[in-house]
Amino acid sequence: MKLSTKFVMLAGVLALAACTNPDRFGADGANGMGTGSGMIGGGAPGSASDPTSVAYFQQSVGDRVLFLVDQSTLTEEGRATLNQQAIWLNQNVDYTAIIEGHADEQGTREYNLALGARRADAARAYLINQGVPAGRLRTISYGKERPIEVCSNEACYAKNRRAVTVLAGGLTG
Amino acid sequence: MIWRILVCMMAVLAWTAPIAQAQQGPLRIEITEGVIEPLPFAVPAFVPETGESAQMGQQLAQLVAADLIGTGLFREVPASAFISGVNDFNAPIQYADWKAVNAQALITGAVAVSGEQMTVKFRVYDVFSGAELGSGLQFAGTTSGWRRMGHKVADAVYSRITGESGYFDSRVVFVSETGAKADRQKRLAVMDYDGANVQYLTGSESIVLAPRFSKSGDRVLYTSYETGFPRIFVLDVGSVQRRVLESQEGTMSFAPRFHPNGQTVVYSLSRGANTDIYTMDINSGQATRLTSAPSIETAPSYSPDGSQIVFESDRSGTQQLYVMSASGGEPTRISFGEGRYGTPVWSPRGDLIAFTKQSKGRFHIGVMRVDGSEERLLTASFLDEGPTWAPNGRVIMFTRETQGESGRATLYSVDITGRNLRPVRTPEGASDPSWGPLQN
Repeated sequence: MKLSTKFVMLAGVLALAACTNPDRFGADGANGMGTGSGMIGGGAPGSASDPTSVAYFQQSVGDRVLFLVDQSTLTEEGRATLNQQAIWLNQNVDYTAIIEGHADEQGTREYNLALGARRADAARAYLINQGVPAGRLRTISYGKERPIEVCSNEACYAKNRRAVTVLAGGLTG
Repeated sequence: MIWRILVCMMAVLAWTAPIAQAQQGPLRIEITEGVIEPLPFAVPAFVPETGESAQMGQQLAQLVAADLIGTGLFREVPASAFISGVNDFNAPIQYADWKAVNAQALITGAVAVSGEQMTVKFRVYDVFSGAELGSGLQFAGTTSGWRRMGHKVADAVYSRITGESGYFDSRVVFVSETGAKADRQKRLAVMDYDGANVQYLTGSESIVLAPRFSKSGDRVLYTSYETGFPRIFVLDVGSVQRRVLESQEGTMSFAPRFHPNGQTVVYSLSRGANTDIYTMDINSGQATRLTSAPSIETAPSYSPDGSQIVFESDRSGTQQLYVMSASGGEPTRISFGEGRYGTPVWSPRGDLIAFTKQSKGRFHIGVMRVDGSEERLLTASFLDEGPTWAPNGRVIMFTRETQGESGRATLYSVDITGRNLRPVRTPEGASDPSWGPLQN
């Protein structure tokens, strides 16, 4: 048998791609808005007993509304909460808000982002309809990226399917 | 003998392209309880040609074996069964010894290491025909790139035996995950297809989602919350430089993918409650809206020729798959089964669309023809999602997440017959893989 000794020389460009620096973003990449719900600090002038405080809004007014599976229609209870939010926002006009839409884990990532946007917008549209100026309300969706409950059953899913009104610093900062 | 089994494997591999394989002639297909009998091969340690090569010779043989075994199409004859070894790369092959241990393919190699440089040679033999399969090849490079050389050997073996191009010398970009379920830290990373050589591309200060390789593997599109809102970024893999692509005030943009031309990006943009599909010229930033229904349109993916887009929409009431022209226009629904369909991805071969299916509380990765026919579900679990195709269109990688408080996302691969499901080992949790091209 005639052995073939004709080797084909392939290019020696096997050097790996340039290395990366995992810390390259450093502190400048940090952005408070990027990491989830609640806990807007610094702006709260008082405790939960102060009716103009963020804590009061979260605990007494109610900062979130919940949704049925795969739905973005506001429930009766949700509308009641948003009525209270609208009253509060109309009294405390220095605050703006970002409404965060969230989904439970039972869905694909992209669809849940879009579904969260629907939920946030449903809450925003309702608040605008109750007289809150549109310019004070922004929306964002976290899809299924920021669950607050971590079990994998309806008890947790029901709490994760939410739109949370997160107060931001006053209009003038 | 080898050819009969090889063609059996090809018949399985080629179930999507029976016409192309028809000239292989009538052959018996050996299937036992639905499982193809893997082809036995032997790969003795590569012959060391310099004093410092012995360990490398072992490692290369093990890597080639792992690549081939991982396909599910091959089975390794263990070295303990060998009658004769291979101590000289150029010595005549003792076919009788390899036949006796039923090694139908024999892979021999030699390696020479000199400082940081190394060369690898190999040959493939059809033992039962007593002949070499193809001709020998040689690769040269640095020792730090030894795994790539091993993958190239395995790609050549796979290609010669199956008639398909390989996929081992390829990289996967993905999201590396750490932290508790309610406080997941995510950062972009890239790795070899088998989970080796992980490099991080971003930090974890902001949520990052769904990276997607360009066709050539030089750039990655992804979604990041770095600016405070979900925005599409493009990142150069070599320099790790990134820039935001889309930042219309009051909107969110996500689910980007490259057009095969590398210049156009298709993506979703949410404005208010509505999510539609847009394209953008990556250089000019010029955006074009392709859909305008009030429903959710997302997860777009181009056909390999760039002429069509498959995407998901809930315009019917539930998530389903649709195909439209790359310039927009009336889409055609292609999914009609029970349940919800999302994250469609067009195969690089153009023949199939992989998708995520949700049905009766379970998630599946499946494939269908581009007209929606011949749907096949390949996996089932609590949460499987986000398929990506190997460059040869024969294997799919995806995210599998376990349930409950300790739920964790990891990567799996499955071949398009659904028979060969395997975990992809990563150092941390991992999600949203995007498989890059076969490297040059």
